[in-house]
Order: sequence, then C-alpha cells, then structure tokens
Amino acid sequence: MISIKNLQASVEGKEILRGLNLEVKPGEVHAIMGPNGSGKSTLASVLAGREDYEVTGGEVTFNGKDLLDLSPEDRAREGLFLAFQYPIEIPGVSNINFLKTAINEIREYKGMDPIEPKEFLALVKEKQKLVELDGKLANRSVNEGFSGGEKKRNEIFQMAMLEPKLCILDETDSGLDIDALRIVANGVNQLRSADRSFIVVTHYQRLLDYIVPDFVHVLYQGKIVKSGPKELALELEEKGYDWIKAETPVAL
Amino acid sequence: MSVVVNQSPVERLTAHFEQELPSLYGDAALRREAIATLRENGIPDRKWEDYKYSNPVALFKQPHVAQARVGLEIKAEAVALMVLQPGAALAVVVNGELRHDLSKLDRLPSGVRVKSIADAVVSDPVAREHYNVVNGLSTDPFVLWNTALNKGGVFIHVDKNVRSEVGIHVLHISTNEVAALSHPRNLFVIERDAQIEIVESFETLGPVKTFTNALTEVVVHQNAIVDHYRMQLEGLVGHQMNTVNAVTQKGSNYRTYTFTLDGAWVRNNLNIRFSESHAEAHLFGLTMLNGQRVADHHTVVDHAIPNCMSNELYKGVLDDKSLGVFNGKIFVRRDAQKTNAYQTNRNILLSDDAQINTKPQLEIYADDVKCSHGTSTGRMDEDALFYLRARGIGETAARKLLVRAFAEEVVTNVPNDAIRAYVENRLDHFFN
Repeated sequence: MISIKNLQASVEGKEILRGLNLEVKPGEVHAIMGPNGSGKSTLASVLAGREDYEVTGGEVTFNGKDLLDLSPEDRAREGLFLAFQYPIEIPGVSNINFLKTAINEIREYKGMDPIEPKEFLALVKEKQKLVELDGKLANRSVNEGFSGGEKKRNEIFQMAMLEPKLCILDETDSGLDIDALRIVANGVNQLRSADRSFIVVTHYQRLLDYIVPDFVHVLYQGKIVKSGPKELALELEEKGYDWIKAETPVAL
Repeated sequence: MSVVVNQSPVERLTAHFEQELPSLYGDAALRREAIATLRENGIPDRKWEDYKYSNPVALFKQPHVAQARVGLEIKAEAVALMVLQPGAALAVVVNGELRHDLSKLDRLPSGVRVKSIADAVVSDPVAREHYNVVNGLSTDPFVLWNTALNKGGVFIHVDKNVRSEVGIHVLHISTNEVAALSHPRNLFVIERDAQIEIVESFETLGPVKTFTNALTEVVVHQNAIVDHYRMQLEGLVGHQMNTVNAVTQKGSNYRTYTFTLDGAWVRNNLNIRFSESHAEAHLFGLTMLNGQRVADHHTVVDHAIPNCMSNELYKGVLDDKSLGVFNGKIFVRRDAQKTNAYQTNRNILLSDDAQINTKPQLEIYADDVKCSHGTSTGRMDEDALFYLRARGIGETAARKLLVRAFAEEVVTNVPNDAIRAYVENRLDHFFN
C-alpha cells in the first residue's frame, strides 16, 4: 500500500523527520505513537502534501507511484485520506456541495462520469449513519459552528464518502469525550476492510482500545525507534515514554 | 465641433457647455448655475479627500469631453444579449438617451410609467416637482457636470398602492465611433405603499473608450419598497461615475445591490438620507476586480431622523493589479435616537499587487443608538485551500469554491433569482 523509506522533512528549517521507515500492507492498521514533538503530525501532514513542510530526503511509494511527486489533490484522488487533527471551518461552502465537488473531481481523475444526484443523496444518507451525524449538519457550511466531536465525526463521514485506500487519522481522539470517541472509532471500524489500510496517529493508548491496531510504532525524534504488536501500546500506557527515551541515543 | 488646444479642462468644458446649451432640454438657468459652481470649485484631483484614490482628473481632460452622438445603429440582437431578466420591462438608454425603438415597455402594469426624462421634465408635474431636488445643494463635481450637460435618461414613476409584479430593467449602453461621453440622468419616484424592482445595468459596445457619468435621484415615499440593482458590466474600455442620491420617507424600505463585475474605472457615490422615521435602507455590494481595474465605493447613510435602520454589507475580491476603495460614511445626527446602523466591509486580495483602501467613517451625535462597523482584508485562507485539496478538489476549483463562499454572504441577500444566477455564473468564470 505505502512504503516510506528514510523520510526526512523539516519545517521552517527545523528538521523534524530524520529518516523514517514504514511499510503498510493492504488491510493493515498501524498505530503511530510517541511523545509530543516527536514528529507524528508532521508525518501525517507530509504524507497529505501540506506545503509548509519541506521534504529533504527519502522516498514514499503509494500504490506504485511516487507520492511526494503528487499534488495534495492528486494524492487524495489516488486514494489517500487525511483525517485532520483540527478540521477547518469553511463558511459559505455547504458540506454537501463540498463533498459532491470532491467526489466528482476524484471521479473525473479516474475517467468516470459525475455521480448521479440520486446516487449521491443515497450515499450521504447511508454514510451519515456510520458516525451518527445529524442530517442537518450535512447541509450546513463545512465544520462551521460544529462542536469538537461533530468536526471529528464529519472527518470520518467524509472518509466514508470518499472511500479511500489509505486513511491517516491524525490525533482523531484529541478533544473527544468517551461517547464521541466510541462513535468515531465505531465509524472507522466499519470502514476497515481487506484492501483498506489505516495509519492511526495518537498520543494516547485510549483510542487503540476501540481501533485495535495490527502494529504499534513508537516515533521519537523523527524516527521509528520501536515497533511491536498491539500490546506495545499497553506497555506505553503503563510506563509512559520515558523508558523509550532512555533507550534511544540522543540524535543530533 | 472644433476643439481649441491649449485650453484648460475647465475652459474647454465651459466652451463645450455654451455650444451645447441651446440644444439641451429643460431649465437653462439650472444648467448655468451648475456649470458656474463647477467652474468655481474646480475639477477634482488627488488633493480632494473624496477622490484621493481613484483620481478622476483624467476623465475631465480627455478630448472625448464632447458628448457622444445618438442615433447610432444598435441591433436588437445585441440588446437581446444584454437582457438580464426576460420577464422584466426593458428601457434601453443609449449614451444617456432613452431609445423607445429598442425598449419594451408595454409589459408594464398600469400605474407604472417609464418615460424619457427630457420629455417628463417638460410635461410631467411629478418629474418637474422632484427633478434635482434630492440632489439638494450637492456640489459634487460629477453631479454638477451631469446637471449642466445631461441630455436625458429615464423617469420612473410608480403610483401609490401599486405593487408591481413586473420589474424594470434599465439597460445603459455607452457606445460611439470615436470616444463616448454621456451623462445618463434618472429620476425614480415611488409613491406611498408602492413596490417596484429596478435593475440598472451598464454596458459598453465597441472598442472605443467610454465615460458614463450617471446620476440617479430616488424618492421613496411612505411605506414603499424599492429594490434597486446596479449591475456594472462595462468592459475594459468603460469608465463610469455612478451617483445615486436617495431620500426615503416614513416606513419605507430602500434596498440597493451594487455588483461591480467589470469596467476599467468605476466610482460609485451612493447617498441615502432618511427624511422620516421607521424607514429601512439596505446596501449590499459585491466587487470582483482583476487586471488593472479600479472600483471606488463611497456610501453615505444619513440618519437625520430617529427610529431608522440601515444595514450595509460590501465585499470585494481583488486579483492581479486591481485597486479597490471602500469609504462608508454613516451619520447619526443628534436627534436620531433609536437608530440602528450596521456596516461591514470585507475584502480578499488574491495577489500581492492588488490593493484595497477601506475606511469606515461613523459620526454619531445621538446617544441612544445601536451602531457597529467592521472591516477586514485578507488573503485566501491557505488552510481552507489545503483542506479542500486534501479531499481531491483541484487548486483552481478550490479557489473558485472559496471565492464563491466569500461572496455568498452578499449573493444570498439577492431576492431576484435571475440576478442571483447571473452573479453566480460570473463568479464561477472569474478565474477563467
């Protein structure tokens, strides 16, 4: 699905990712954990193509294509989806118009005709249920006036609508109460399939109780310093990150 | 006519005036007074506070100070392409004179009259009563210039209690073989409890440089409702000064929509005065500029009377090397208690070289009022742009979507479906 080799990236001249390697196969769920400032969100942003980040080395292959060579929109059209840590409010653009535009741009890229209005509405109705999103929210401006939980549910709703191959969840659990967390995780779990992969970026183990990963990686100082099965998350929860830090030679 | 070189613009203007005067309709004394005041005050340049940013001095200096001739052949097919609303009555004004041959006024219900103002000022007592009255003692040079030299325009009169289902589209066309200068002069008198929608659009035909110095006086009587649109669509040769002086009476509602979508140089002076209580005024504006276009909006809302409400929302989208100006004055005079006055001006600059000068100017002398103003200028929200692109929407489409969203706040207030659709279509093609 995606193969990241020796990825290095910096923001405003500051090196954040320092040679990151990760291999994700179809259907797998990988959790990326790590202390604050370790580069977790940078990884998510770099993969989605945010221009504030400069890739200074390494390569990323996504379904056989050089991901770093693609514009953000082409990455999305190729099937990459980033669920934002802080979803953006866009007053004046309705959720529905936004999604329809996105779906049709993706379809055009794939050489398909625009979606039939009827088919689109049926899809909206079906996918809304996944995250228990109120129909009224779908008609409102994108994320405008949404609560923290509603914004995150809207991210998962969009994910369900766009049917990506690789979903990157950037701290999707941050700011969620336990009920919202359960709804969001439930939505994600229903989207799991043999040909869809997930990279779940999170600071806390809590989310992984609900979205159970196949692999857990610990990111520290811009590198993956430890990988293991899902039990590693529990160990981190118990011991904190200090023992990882102690084991890792200071990079400079 | 012969043009004497080495004359100053004022001298040339005066000579031209003397030459034209015998052929002009109406009150010659009024015209002489206007030209005398104009001479006395001089021609505005950058030193005039009100004309600081969009310097109009060149407009007075152009050799095209001679007025465009009428009687040019304009094909009905060309007019048909400029019709914005198929169901409305159509008044076509070419170079400032109403052309009955191109107009379609038979659709008007009884009680609604559209006439040539040159005729009406002579024969219609209502037109005589109101002509140049709303202007009052205005010493604005463009008002004076128009008053001195205008050859006509339209007089619209709606009788009391007539709520017209049929709107009126006044299509102003500037055209000539050489350069064209015209001074369309309009007077709209809406009697009590009447309702009307008036769409003015401004277009140019042909490649020559045009200058249109339009002046409209509006009288909105008690409880009347008026929707007044100005669609400024002149092409790259079009220069336009557009003055609207309106006075509104008790319980009336005067709503203006100013869409500045094209034109090389556009200046709008929109002045609204409440003369009686419990009246409302709404001022909506949307400006889309690219290239080196200039649009300068000056609005004045004069709360001279208690218990009136005004609401103003102007938005601007500026690209390339365009220049925008917004100057919104609100006066709340000492006796105008219980006034509600709101003003918002927001702009986005799409390029490094686009420029906007915005100045809200509230002068409040009453103490029991609710007034607010807000202004903001920014770039396109890069985070929003990335968010859209991260969902597969291409950069151009994403920019379009965001500009459309920005404009939506104004567009959503447009009650006329055809106009709203027209504006949305123009918005979608702004980037092409």
